[in-house]
Amino acid sequence: MITKRIIPCLDVRDGRVVKGVQFEGIRDVSSPVELAKYYSSHGADELVFYDITASFEGRKLFTEILTETARSVFIPLTVGGGINTVDDFDRVLKCGADKVSVNSGAIRNPKLIHEAAQKYGDQCVVLSIDAKRADGHFCVYAKGGRENTGIDAVEWAKAGVANGAGEIVLNSIDTDGVKNGFDLEMLEAICDAVNVPVIASGGAGKAEDFITLFKTLPKVDAGLAASIFHFGEVDILNLKRTLADEGIIMRL
Amino acid sequence: MIGSVDYGVGNLFSLKSSFAALEIETEVSGDPDKIRSWDKIILPGVGAFGDAADKLRACGLVDLLRDEAAKGKPTLGICLGMQLLLEKSYEYGEHEGLGLIPGSVEPIAPKIPADYKVPHIGWNALHFPKGKPVSPIFRHIKEGDHVYFVHSYSGCNCADSVIATTEYGAELTAAVGRDNVFGCQFHPEKSGEVGLKILKAFCEL
Repeated sequence: MITKRIIPCLDVRDGRVVKGVQFEGIRDVSSPVELAKYYSSHGADELVFYDITASFEGRKLFTEILTETARSVFIPLTVGGGINTVDDFDRVLKCGADKVSVNSGAIRNPKLIHEAAQKYGDQCVVLSIDAKRADGHFCVYAKGGRENTGIDAVEWAKAGVANGAGEIVLNSIDTDGVKNGFDLEMLEAICDAVNVPVIASGGAGKAEDFITLFKTLPKVDAGLAASIFHFGEVDILNLKRTLADEGIIMRL
Repeated sequence: MIGSVDYGVGNLFSLKSSFAALEIETEVSGDPDKIRSWDKIILPGVGAFGDAADKLRACGLVDLLRDEAAKGKPTLGICLGMQLLLEKSYEYGEHEGLGLIPGSVEPIAPKIPADYKVPHIGWNALHFPKGKPVSPIFRHIKEGDHVYFVHSYSGCNCADSVIATTEYGAELTAAVGRDNVFGCQFHPEKSGEVGLKILKAFCEL
C-alpha cells in the first residue's frame, strides 16, 4: 500500500533557512543542507525547498545550495519560488530537483504548466495554490497571499491538472500560522475536483492535526509543514509512529 | 568501473550522487567504446518509452546493450530504463524494447480501481515472490521495505522474471531480474537508505 507522506518545507533566503530553526544536534541550524540531511535521516518522505530570495546573487546561492543538498540527500526534492519560465525549471532540475512547484508564475503565464509538463512530464510539475475564503468561495491569492486574483481555487486546480500538473499543494491562508489544524473544508473541495495527489499545507500545530487530516480526508496524500518541524514541536519520526499506530499507512 | 548510460534521456545527477555517497566510482557516458569497457552498466531513463527507445537506437546502443548483457555483464535498468529491458511497450503506440527480459509495458490505469490516482507517485512497499530465492540486488534489504515510485505504466507478463511486486489496488511489477539483467520500476536513487543498499548490492555482483 502506498504511504501517506510527511513533508517539511524549508524557506530559503540568501542561502539560509528562514522562519528560525531550533534544533539540538545540528551544527548550523540555518544551513539548508544540514537541515535537509537531518530531516532525511529522521523520517521525512520528501523535502520542499522554497526560494524566497529576491536578488540575483541570492538566486545563484540557492542553486548552489540545492546542488549540495541533492548530493547528500536521497529522497525526492521539490523546489519552488521564483519559477516563472521553462528555463527556471531547467535551472533547478539540473541542480538535482525532482519536482518543481509553480505558483504566481502559473498565474502570470497560464501556459507555463503545459509547457513544462510537455518537456519534463506531468510528474515533475507541482501546482502550488495559496487560497483564502473571499466573496463566498475559495479564491487564489498571488504575491505571497497579498493579492486576491479573483480566480476560483477549485477551478484553478482543475485547470492546472488538465494542463499537466501532476500534484497539487494546497496552502490555506485562512489556517496558515494559526496552528489549529489543516483546512479540511478547502482540502475536501480540491480533492473532490482532481485525481492527482493533493498535499495539505497550512495550519498544522500538533500531531493530532495530521491524524485528523488523514482520517477525515483519506484522499489527501501528504501533509506539509515548516515551523512546527523546525522548532522541534513535532518530531517527524514520532509523528509517523503515532500515525502508524492510528492505522495510517506510513514508511517507517 | 560502473557506468550510467547517457543517451539524452533524464537527469543523471541523483544517480551519480548516490554512487558518490556509496564511495563507488562511476562514469556517465554515451560513448559505445566507453560503455563496452565498463564492468557493469546502469540504464536510467525518464519520459516516454518511444522517445527513449528511438534515442537509444540513434546512439547506436541497442545492439551494444544486448551484446554486453549476453556476455554476462551485470545490467540494471531504472524506471523507464527497466521498461526498456522488456520486449515491447504500449505507451502511445507499440514500440520495441531491448527484449532482455520477457514481458511488455502496459498502462496501470485499467488494472487498478478507478479512484486510485495515476501516476502511482510515492513510497510503496516491496514484496518478494514467495517460494523463490530473494534476488541478489535485494540482499541488503528486507520484504516490506519502502521505495519511491513515479510511473503510469508497468511491466506485465514478465512471468518468472518478477523479483519484486508492489500493491496499488492491484499487484504491480516493482522489479525484474533474469540472470545478470535487472530492472527497478522505482527510483533507488530517491529511495533513501533502502535505495542506496540496492545500488550497493548491484555494484557488488
